[in-house]
Amino acid sequence: MKQVIGRPRLLKEAPFHYCPGCGHSVIHRLVAEVIEELGVRDRAIGIPPCGCAVLAYYYLDVDMVEAAHGRATAVATGMKRCLPDRIIFTYQGDGDLAAIGTAELIHCANRGEQITTIFVNNGVYGMTGGQMAPTTILGQKTTTTPRGRQAGNDGPPIKLVEFLSFLERTAYLARGSVHNAREIQRTKKYIREAFQTQMENKGFSMVEILSPCPSNWKLSPVESCRWIEQVMKQNFPLGVVKDSRGQPS
Amino acid sequence: MKSEEKVLLRGIEAIGEAALRAGCRCYFGYPITPQNELPEYMARRMAEIPGAVFLQSESELAGINMVFGASVTGTRVMTSSSSPGMSLMQEGISYLAACELPAVIVNIIRGGPGLGNIAPAQSDYFQATRGGGHGDYRCIVLAPAYLQEAVDLTYHAFDQADEYRIPVVIVGDGMMGQMMEPVVLPPFREQLPKKDWAIRGAGGGQSRFLRSLLLDVHVLEAHNWKLHRKYERIRRREVRFDEYETQDAELVIVAYGTAARIARGAVKRLREKGMKVGLFRPVTLWPFPGEALRNLAARVGRFFVFEFSTGQMVEDVRLALEGRRHIDFYGRPGGVVITPMELSRIVARKYHAIQQEART
Repeated sequence: MKQVIGRPRLLKEAPFHYCPGCGHSVIHRLVAEVIEELGVRDRAIGIPPCGCAVLAYYYLDVDMVEAAHGRATAVATGMKRCLPDRIIFTYQGDGDLAAIGTAELIHCANRGEQITTIFVNNGVYGMTGGQMAPTTILGQKTTTTPRGRQAGNDGPPIKLVEFLSFLERTAYLARGSVHNAREIQRTKKYIREAFQTQMENKGFSMVEILSPCPSNWKLSPVESCRWIEQVMKQNFPLGVVKDSRGQPS
Repeated sequence: MKSEEKVLLRGIEAIGEAALRAGCRCYFGYPITPQNELPEYMARRMAEIPGAVFLQSESELAGINMVFGASVTGTRVMTSSSSPGMSLMQEGISYLAACELPAVIVNIIRGGPGLGNIAPAQSDYFQATRGGGHGDYRCIVLAPAYLQEAVDLTYHAFDQADEYRIPVVIVGDGMMGQMMEPVVLPPFREQLPKKDWAIRGAGGGQSRFLRSLLLDVHVLEAHNWKLHRKYERIRRREVRFDEYETQDAELVIVAYGTAARIARGAVKRLREKGMKVGLFRPVTLWPFPGEALRNLAARVGRFFVFEFSTGQMVEDVRLALEGRRHIDFYGRPGGVVITPMELSRIVARKYHAIQQEART
């Protein structure tokens, strides 16, 4: 019998601490599979976020360095400049990347740093207990927007992938989701393309991933996936937003 | 510029050149007056050194985190700033301390708080010597008063940073940064220490990680005590100070950096007038040379602390002397710099008062 599926070799034998139905476990798996398939495990260095996935180094069998909240892209810049032949990736949540770390992200992307950012967008601050995130959609209730996010008070959600696409030296930008099998497969392809962009020194690459957070959304895992399909996806369109790898960088 | 040759350099360039010779191959920083000549110097010089990395960051916050990233790889790295920028860097310095990463950070202190001004000041003493960011940590803090000393201390700072895996802060001010003095430059470092702890990708081996999050209280407590033991080792081994005319002194001025230069001039004048005054100059602000000061107190009755602040180092002097001796303080905050003559007049008044007391 031929084995068609198994545990990725780069996922350590540790049980995930994530809540049932959380998207991080699936995304970890995708990142592990891509790094393994591209054969870059030995020269990969990851930077986990401040947030639920801070403990990613317990699960991913690659070198990892924890950064301060929001500073992953600056740390990645320092590392990549010193070790240009390594594969450096940051793994960041919406608060980390789209709120406190926006300045670092934009300038890192604008310089065209040869790094890859995995941006997990679940629309809330997960680890701190479900407060409003920069990507919380209008009307969405969180612990700090009890009556729903209001554009007049909080501003509308930030669409970072589209925002970054205007920067000349961003090479590959895509938005995927892990709410169903088809989108998981597509997202894996985006992640692979993003890492390949870096391997070819084509510029900055980022994949935003819509990810369920049942605990803070106060929904069941199944309802959470349905909510992504019916509501979140309408606010954050899926697909490749920019791929300028064909052009000279 | 050849080694072992006397050259005339501006203070800020002397620090930059010493860093390059110490093996610094990475500079990240954000412009802020009065230290802009340092990133400018590094941008120019690093372009001439193969493999060296110079990058102007979008903020001090980003800059110090780029320093963090470079340090993780085992590269000798530095940044520089001035007071408001240093405040922004404190977050990153706390993480460097927590992860035990070496870095050299130059603070050309300016008048504060807030934007303050760009004149010479010593008002960041507390911030520098008490860690500066959150958490229980210290940085080695070096305070050169002369440019040759700035060169020597900068050169040595990279070794200290690597040996103890600690951020080393060099403090100066705009006066020192702009002045020119002849200095002898050390040779370029050929051999740099091996760093087994550096994270550079797993290679064929086991993957590793570096972090400061230690959720288990006992694990974090053990980490805190481990850091503390390191700080104790530094306290025992790295204290530096300088004494001038203290042998028979009845009054000793305590001052560091630019204030100590001025105090030295004042001591000279007072000695010429027959007053037995000396100078004690801390070169390391942390670890503070408290024991040396206590030893001096065995034969000196009176101390006079002079700072360009409303009184920060004076607290360490009080802690060191534990009430055994009378301590006067004279401070000029806000960027005011006085001359040796002015200081000598103020000290002379104190000195005469002591003589008066002794007679009555």
